[in-house]
Amino acid sequence: MRGEGNGVTTAALAAPVPRLLAAWAEQRRARRLATLLYGAIFLACLAAAGWMSEVDPATVASGIPRIGEYFWLILPTLRWEVLLAGPKVEGSLAFWMYRLDAWAWLMFETSQMAALATLLGSIAGFVFCFPASRNLMPGMRVTSTVVRRFLELFRTVPDIVYALILVWAFGVGPLAGILAIALHSTGALGKLFAEAVENADMRPVDALLASGGTWLHAVRFAIVPQVLPNMLSYALLRFEINLRGASVIGFVGAGGIGQELYTVISFNYYEEVSAIVLLIILAVSAIDLISETIRFRIIGARA
Amino acid sequence: MTPGLAAIDREAVEAARRRLPAAFGATPARRALRAGLWLAFLAWLGALAVWFEITPQRLWNGIGGVATILRLMVPPSPGEHLDDILKGLGESVAMAFLGTVLAAAAAVPLGFLGARNIAASLAFRFSLRRVFDGFRGIDQLIWALAYVRAVGLGPLAGVLAIFTADIAVLAKLYAEAIENAEQRQKEGVKAAGAPRVLVMRFGLLPQVLPVLLAQALYFFESNTRSAAILGIVGAGGIGLQIAERIRIRAWDEVAFILILILVTVAAIDWLSARIRLRLIGGAA
Repeated sequence: MRGEGNGVTTAALAAPVPRLLAAWAEQRRARRLATLLYGAIFLACLAAAGWMSEVDPATVASGIPRIGEYFWLILPTLRWEVLLAGPKVEGSLAFWMYRLDAWAWLMFETSQMAALATLLGSIAGFVFCFPASRNLMPGMRVTSTVVRRFLELFRTVPDIVYALILVWAFGVGPLAGILAIALHSTGALGKLFAEAVENADMRPVDALLASGGTWLHAVRFAIVPQVLPNMLSYALLRFEINLRGASVIGFVGAGGIGQELYTVISFNYYEEVSAIVLLIILAVSAIDLISETIRFRIIGARA
Repeated sequence: MTPGLAAIDREAVEAARRRLPAAFGATPARRALRAGLWLAFLAWLGALAVWFEITPQRLWNGIGGVATILRLMVPPSPGEHLDDILKGLGESVAMAFLGTVLAAAAAVPLGFLGARNIAASLAFRFSLRRVFDGFRGIDQLIWALAYVRAVGLGPLAGVLAIFTADIAVLAKLYAEAIENAEQRQKEGVKAAGAPRVLVMRFGLLPQVLPVLLAQALYFFESNTRSAAILGIVGAGGIGLQIAERIRIRAWDEVAFILILILVTVAAIDWLSARIRLRLIGGAA
């Protein structure tokens, strides 16, 4: 395709063209070589990854039918003519969701765990974000760097690992899960809060300090009113993420609906798996919608 | 002052108060509402404390337990199974890589289907995006646990879990990248008389490919973190080692594994940032 077009041009034009063509061919060869090289590196990585994780086409091929089979078993068998019949009739919605009351209560517990953890994480993040902000700590680079590193440490370890450890210290139950999610949230929110503070307008701070206010006054009356709407919206986003996290933190015995989900998956109570997962999806979507509305209102009120 | 004037003044003030109630400070109703909300908040906290059995005693004991664990974590030690730990770590990175590559490969056609300027049917696009959103609500660990039941213990379950959890989000991002592509380049290639396949190859692909690859790299970074915990439910990788060491309370080994994960994650982040910079720099 390209060759034809260039052939026409070569015939039409004169002397500089062969030189240009040669340069173009040279460039194209270099590019093709680079593409080939990176492609080879990529394929080598892929092969190494397949070898490391013991995944090869044969295992995948033998696994896929079992996946289809399993997810088919999980799906509820609903029959249209008895869809709204009582919980005793096989094929009805009520039969599928026969423990809806218990699961709804567990889902509520999970949401409360996520809410409390988000609250604790927000408070801790709020406390740590000011010393972590470079614009509020002039001449104290060391402090802000140390606080930043700590926040990074807090958010790099996943909440479920904290939960595994805290279950030993605080015992099995929601408390360990709440604290685990709160620890992770502290790191994540502290960083976002600190970024909001660093982007705040510094002139109100100067005004407060010039009129004799202390550092705490400056933070309270010059920074917080500027960044609070942003912080609230970050905290709401975090609540969504934490609800998702809280739904699985029960896998390691740290409370919530995860424990029930772990049991029904492990004991192969197929249809109950889809029922609980559906409840989780509904809860997450609901929180998603509500928090989106509130976030738009907060940001709208500020603008 | 005549009574008439005073009446007018009071009326004027009342009118102003009605018009701009906020200028006169918080109204009693607003103050009562505020106090009520604080009370409700405190009552909620109290109820949760009772429900979840959060007592000062329990908190104090727990903090003591954490202090003991932290003390036992120092100094971190690899224990006797350094080879197992390194193998688990490699397995985690490999799972993240394979899962991301597969998800990205599958997300490309889905992204084309979901993009506005490619797929015309609005209802189809809307339902596709709803399905994407629904999938997003399911945590990766749930997928991992389900796949462990389906295909057995091991890294294959982890790869599949990463693949399934990512594909919806990646497809959504890809659809947006394809929608945001410049139309004029496509029109230019088309005007030169190229068939549809070549319009895609020379008009669209050079624009979107760097973006698609950069997104996939971001997902690879985030998946390296999550692949480290999938082993907790038996889906392969270093998570199994963490869970085992915590179960036998070998805290120094736990600390060693955690530090190793932090270092690996930082290294992958660095590498991926380099590649991303090169890709996007090459496109500009």
